Amino acid sequence: MVRSHSTAAAEGQPPALELRGIDKRFGTVHANRDISFAVAAGTIHGLIGENGAGKSTLMNIVYGFHRADAGELRVHGRVVEINSPQDAIAAGIGMVHQHFMLVENFTVLENIVLGAEGGRRLAGGLAAARTGLERLARDYGLGVSMDTIVSELPVGLQQRVEILKALHRGADILILDEPTAVLTPQEADQLFKMLGRLREQGKTVILVTHKLREIMAVTDRVTVMRLGAVVDEVATPTTSPRELAEKMVGRAVLLRVEKTPARPGATLLTVRNLEVRDRLDVPRVHGVSFSLQAGEIVGIAGVSGNGQSELLEALAGIRPPSQGEIVLGGRDLVREGLDARARRHLGLAHVPEDRLRMGVVPSFSAQANAILGYHDQAVYQRGLMMNRAAILHGCEQKMAAYDVRPPDPRLRIASFSGGNQQKLVLAREIDSDARVLLIGQPTRGVDIGAIEFIHKKLVALRDAGKALLLVSVELDEILGLADRILVMNAGEIVGEVAAADATEEKLGLMMAGVKGEGRV
Amino acid sequence: METYTLIVLLLAATIRVATPLLLAALAGLFSERSGVIALGLEGMMLGAAFASAAVAAISGSAWLGLGAGMATAMALALLLAFACVTHRGNQVIAGMAVNIMVSGLGPALALAWFDLGGQTPQLEGVGQRFLALHWPWAEAARATPFPGLLYAELLSGHNFVVYLAAALVPISAWVLYRTRFGLRLRAVGENPQAVDTAGISVTRLRYQAVLISGALAGIAGTYLSTAASSGFVRDMTAGKGYLALAAMIFGKWKPYPTLGACLLFAFTDALATRLQGVALPVVGVIPVQLILALPYVLTVLLLAGFVGTAVAPKAIGVPYSKEKW
Amino acid sequence: MSSPAKLPRWAEVGLLPAINLIAALLLSGAIIKLIGESPWAAFKLMASGSFGSQESIGYTLYYATNFIFTGLAVAVAYHAGLFNIGADGQAYIGGLGVGLVCLGLGAWPFWAVLPLAILAGAVFGAAWAFIPAWLQARRGSHIVITTIMFNFIASALMTWLLVNVLIKPGQQSPESREFAPNAVMPGLHTLLGKVGISFTSTPLNFAFLIALAAALLVWVLIWRTRWGYAIRVAGLNPTAAIYAGIRPFRITIGAMLLSGALAGLLGLNELMGAQHRILLDFPEGAGFVGIAVALMGRNHPLGIFFAAVLFGALMQGGSQLSFDMPRVNRDMVVVIQGLVILFCGAMENVFRVPLAALFARIGDRNEQP
Repeated sequence: MVRSHSTAAAEGQPPALELRGIDKRFGTVHANRDISFAVAAGTIHGLIGENGAGKSTLMNIVYGFHRADAGELRVHGRVVEINSPQDAIAAGIGMVHQHFMLVENFTVLENIVLGAEGGRRLAGGLAAARTGLERLARDYGLGVSMDTIVSELPVGLQQRVEILKALHRGADILILDEPTAVLTPQEADQLFKMLGRLREQGKTVILVTHKLREIMAVTDRVTVMRLGAVVDEVATPTTSPRELAEKMVGRAVLLRVEKTPARPGATLLTVRNLEVRDRLDVPRVHGVSFSLQAGEIVGIAGVSGNGQSELLEALAGIRPPSQGEIVLGGRDLVREGLDARARRHLGLAHVPEDRLRMGVVPSFSAQANAILGYHDQAVYQRGLMMNRAAILHGCEQKMAAYDVRPPDPRLRIASFSGGNQQKLVLAREIDSDARVLLIGQPTRGVDIGAIEFIHKKLVALRDAGKALLLVSVELDEILGLADRILVMNAGEIVGEVAAADATEEKLGLMMAGVKGEGRV
Repeated sequence: METYTLIVLLLAATIRVATPLLLAALAGLFSERSGVIALGLEGMMLGAAFASAAVAAISGSAWLGLGAGMATAMALALLLAFACVTHRGNQVIAGMAVNIMVSGLGPALALAWFDLGGQTPQLEGVGQRFLALHWPWAEAARATPFPGLLYAELLSGHNFVVYLAAALVPISAWVLYRTRFGLRLRAVGENPQAVDTAGISVTRLRYQAVLISGALAGIAGTYLSTAASSGFVRDMTAGKGYLALAAMIFGKWKPYPTLGACLLFAFTDALATRLQGVALPVVGVIPVQLILALPYVLTVLLLAGFVGTAVAPKAIGVPYSKEKW
Repeated sequence: MSSPAKLPRWAEVGLLPAINLIAALLLSGAIIKLIGESPWAAFKLMASGSFGSQESIGYTLYYATNFIFTGLAVAVAYHAGLFNIGADGQAYIGGLGVGLVCLGLGAWPFWAVLPLAILAGAVFGAAWAFIPAWLQARRGSHIVITTIMFNFIASALMTWLLVNVLIKPGQQSPESREFAPNAVMPGLHTLLGKVGISFTSTPLNFAFLIALAAALLVWVLIWRTRWGYAIRVAGLNPTAAIYAGIRPFRITIGAMLLSGALAGLLGLNELMGAQHRILLDFPEGAGFVGIAVALMGRNHPLGIFFAAVLFGALMQGGSQLSFDMPRVNRDMVVVIQGLVILFCGAMENVFRVPLAALFARIGDRNEQP
């Protein structure tokens, strides 16, 4: 990809955007600590960090959604007071959010003019906007049919509408928050080309991401954040993915988990030709077949949004597949139409990807959460009532075995840290004596100490002869834990790699759909 | 000829019954399109019915009554917005609370101020009520059944509020689909985050919508006590606020279909009144209650998707908060 | 339906409802003042009118019985994440069931009539709740709207039945004939008399004890059985419910059937206990008061009991009050009910947020050295 270093950036022109000493707390969480950096005009500036590093908070401050507790913002050298998105728009800042801010039953044109209608009556404003947008679309290669209803557009085009929306409001600085999370590799490529064109036209782009490949591919400079603070800022050509990754994570990345080679046993779970469709009847998982053996961890790698979540939920009995077979213990779970409860009885446990949304009831106590999904087991019953002593005791045991702190079963689960919540969820699913474990994002939002604990537990389970299916967006985690790796792209399994042969580059290429993504 | 006259009179009655329903349904439409459930229509109407009758009785002016009715309903709307928009309270509960409170407050204040057992004085004086406006030559035209009678009964002979309600349908449609405000209003009921990120205040928009809703419900309530009848009596809305809500749902949250639903519901009401105790050929006496329950049954069937589909504004009933995403 | 700002438990179940109630009463006082009476005197009269004598206590608890049934009905649905506004209609139809048993089996002994009346009330009420529940669970029809519609449909149906079918021949007002003495709930004063306690004759009857039993049963069901566990999971986190293999369809249907059944029992008190016949609009809005009762009682049977007694006292105190202050009558009680619903249900964040902030600040201070 073309990279332009010859912009006005160096020539003593003030930076397009400058942050000085931005500080923000949410209650006890220190989300942004004294953040300062500058973004040169006419460049693509990367902002990289792990999930939870404070990137989104920072950008929401820039866009006026949150107010900083301290610090100041300068746009083209001028101090600006940004208290609302309106102020940000007035200052020439546009933002494309991770979740699109579109009104789905409006046309593209209506969405773009919303908030910039140009008069009380619509007709005039719409006509004027249409002309202006046609020019914008030509200049930047952002063609979209103006009269299509947004919900009928593919995600890539919806993102384009968001970009047009920002440009139509006269944005000079464009912030994109994790823009590729929902895109196919092809769409991502198109997006990057578009960003290049924006830079050529003198626009400034801030790309917020946790993906190294993207930073390396399109940015001019990159700011690295960790735990709410800026840890480094470098010119992209002078750095490497490995260096950036170490800075993001703050330790040597290749923290391989200690483990012996796997000794796979009998096949426990077989998936054949599975297809899962979403509500709009779009296939999210297509033609997926694989098997899972006792004593192995199979990892599923892929850019998030490529069907991993849907696959996991279909296996767990949460989403009904539209076709295919899931065979566990000689029974076809799909044909029998077994729900999550019935599958648990057959020895299938599930640690869900999104803990708070699915894995726990936040306002319940720890002990009530420790039986979620297992509440109808005989151990927890005493006649018609639930056996409260057994529930309490069971939770105490789990908390001791998994080092959940504080070890108080009566405390609301919401008041535990993410790591401790996750340990309790793991304890619940693992203690169930299941043979097959579906594990989604086991260390998402979990502190480093707990990550190591969880990883060791998973390997121990494998060694005890369980079959584990691991879905994670953290490539390191897949590389560290899995014995075999399946790569998913656009709802299909595009390849399988033995752990020994897997490298980040190799997987990255496959995740991108193999068809020759530019090399890093 | 007898049947023809009957039908014309039935249609004229339909228009009179439809008027408060239509006004309240449009009120609900503005509120719900902005994402705020309009369960307080009944209370806002009843409050306006009391206030307008009270002020008209004291001042002798129906117009002052209308002003008081609208002001009262808008004050209640403000209370709803304060609870539901500012403090993110439960919209269903807030609406119910206002309905219950007003159903007691009207008679209580009427008793305290007029000492007539919870009613307002009869509006008998000149100018205290909105009376029927007779169009030119209407009386003369009545003699010729067609089109004279139609002209006299359907076009002429209604009070000001009826014509206002009719005019408000195209006006509402224009505001909703042809103005900046309408675009934003429709957007905020579907995706308030999109509106917020576009630099528009969600709170302000919803307040505006709920206040418009109050103003329209105020006119509807005023019609009940100072046009359709002569004074306020206990529970005089008799569920019309809920029926209007049903009509709005039946009209799929759109002005013209809502008009259609109101006319349909009003027609069943007018028909029920006519058919009371009348034996029809073949079917015999149709129970009035059956006909009166028809709008509710139809609405349930619609909501169940058995007669078409009704898609509510997506963000309805959900208080907006920035932190949630 | 979740509460954003967290409070200590005692503040959640005690302090906050108290503050909300006081706010509602203050505003009610202002309205009484506006009417030209003394709020302080009015509240004092109300208190003595509702608790001052055996008779007033009897009436208060008699009214409270209705509200316990409807309050429990609203609460059970609420735990499943459903807002049942149709308790009024379910009580109306449930009362029809109770009434039909009492009318038809008047010759049977009381101890045979009673279980059948309970069963009929519960089944009729549950049946009326079933249709909105099914429509919600299968067709996604908003249960708030459908239950409102079903209130009106119930009302039309009952009017028709009373005017055309059940009316006592040769009578003008649409009422059924009176129940036979065997089909009448014994007054509590009679029962107390049998164990040697003398109590004034009031409409308070055996149904009060049935209501208390129902409250206990609901508590056991919701907090002590796996079904209750499943209901609460489904109500608090529907996604987690599906994850746990709890079927939303069954929960919706089951919770609404129980809810309708509880509302349907109102007829035991109102018809079998007090009116001794079926008459027009006998629930008198108890279904809506049930919403207030459930809200104030934090959807817990014990809280519902106290809230129901409070609302019973308002009803009774209000009707006593109108003897001394003719301008402050039942209507005023309705106003107070509305204000309590407003403050406890819709505007609780008004006090919750500052209160939570206050507790947070106190907490911070305590943690600092």
